[in-house]
Amino acid sequence: MRWGVVIFPGSNCDQDCVHALRAVLAQDVVEIWYQDRTLDGVDVVVLPGGFAYGDYLRAGAIAATAPVMPAIRDFASTGRPVLGICNGFQILTEAHLLPGTLIRNNGLRFRCRPVWVRVESTATPFTAGIPEGTVLQMPIAHAEGGYVTAADDVATLEAVGRVVFRYCDPRGRVTPEANPNGSVAGIAGVASAAGNVVGLMPHPERASEALLGSGDGRRLFESVIEWMATRPTAELTPRAAASAQAAGSLAR
Amino acid sequence: MPAFRIVIMLKPGVLDAAGQAVQQGLDALGYDVQSVRVGKVIEINASGATPEAVDDMCARFLANPLIETWRIEEPAGATGGGA
Repeated sequence: MRWGVVIFPGSNCDQDCVHALRAVLAQDVVEIWYQDRTLDGVDVVVLPGGFAYGDYLRAGAIAATAPVMPAIRDFASTGRPVLGICNGFQILTEAHLLPGTLIRNNGLRFRCRPVWVRVESTATPFTAGIPEGTVLQMPIAHAEGGYVTAADDVATLEAVGRVVFRYCDPRGRVTPEANPNGSVAGIAGVASAAGNVVGLMPHPERASEALLGSGDGRRLFESVIEWMATRPTAELTPRAAASAQAAGSLAR
Repeated sequence: MPAFRIVIMLKPGVLDAAGQAVQQGLDALGYDVQSVRVGKVIEINASGATPEAVDDMCARFLANPLIETWRIEEPAGATGGGA
């Protein structure tokens, strides 16, 4: 299977993603330039972290209008996996492919440190292979990671399993102290209605080898590799198309 | 002179970290300030645009309706005044 890592002007974690996928997981990886209008036949798309377009206007807002985005939108609508990491998550919310948005951290700080997250939903390609409740250690590095959405949306997202990761302590307890940025309900990552689009603030690619302090992040990539292997591509399209229609209402 | 000036503010209740930081600075200088909210001003020249079209720009792109409100001003006005 082939992975595509999208590079926007200002992306700075693209090569970290390429390294984790190519060198650590022996995957076929292509780089997708933000001006490309096709995705080169990839099976999975990753939007990496960074500061696309300098984070001007709002983080992710201008990147959401980039020439490559219609192709990513079409790709997502077929049910294929799309992962947004940090700035990639911000871009996906601004593109309305994921609900909610990310605002400045509480406490006025850029937070750069390891965090723990609990897997809250296995209904996504990136978590299908990780038991619910598993605690993963990954680093964060962001100034705008406070997840917010309309109050009634939080309950809806929780009810239908679209909250994918929550900040927790090393033992898996979701506490205010474990929440590094003021995210509502400790939410660290969410999924689209169909489950195939996932965004999270922590960086799995920076936690993909023991040398980096944690290998937990590679489990997200391994999960999608397993998921792709067990699910024929032909089955994706109708399922996802149906749920994508039902999804529209929660986008934003 | 821009045709439109757009003032964008975070909705009440949305954490305004920049406002908090500015308030800390004012406090440090000894001013008695109860609250500070920091927004953005965007001036655009779009001679053919109606206020409705500018509102559409705000709703789709310039502001995020989930967390922000906006106000559209026409500083030059139809009369062409202003400095």
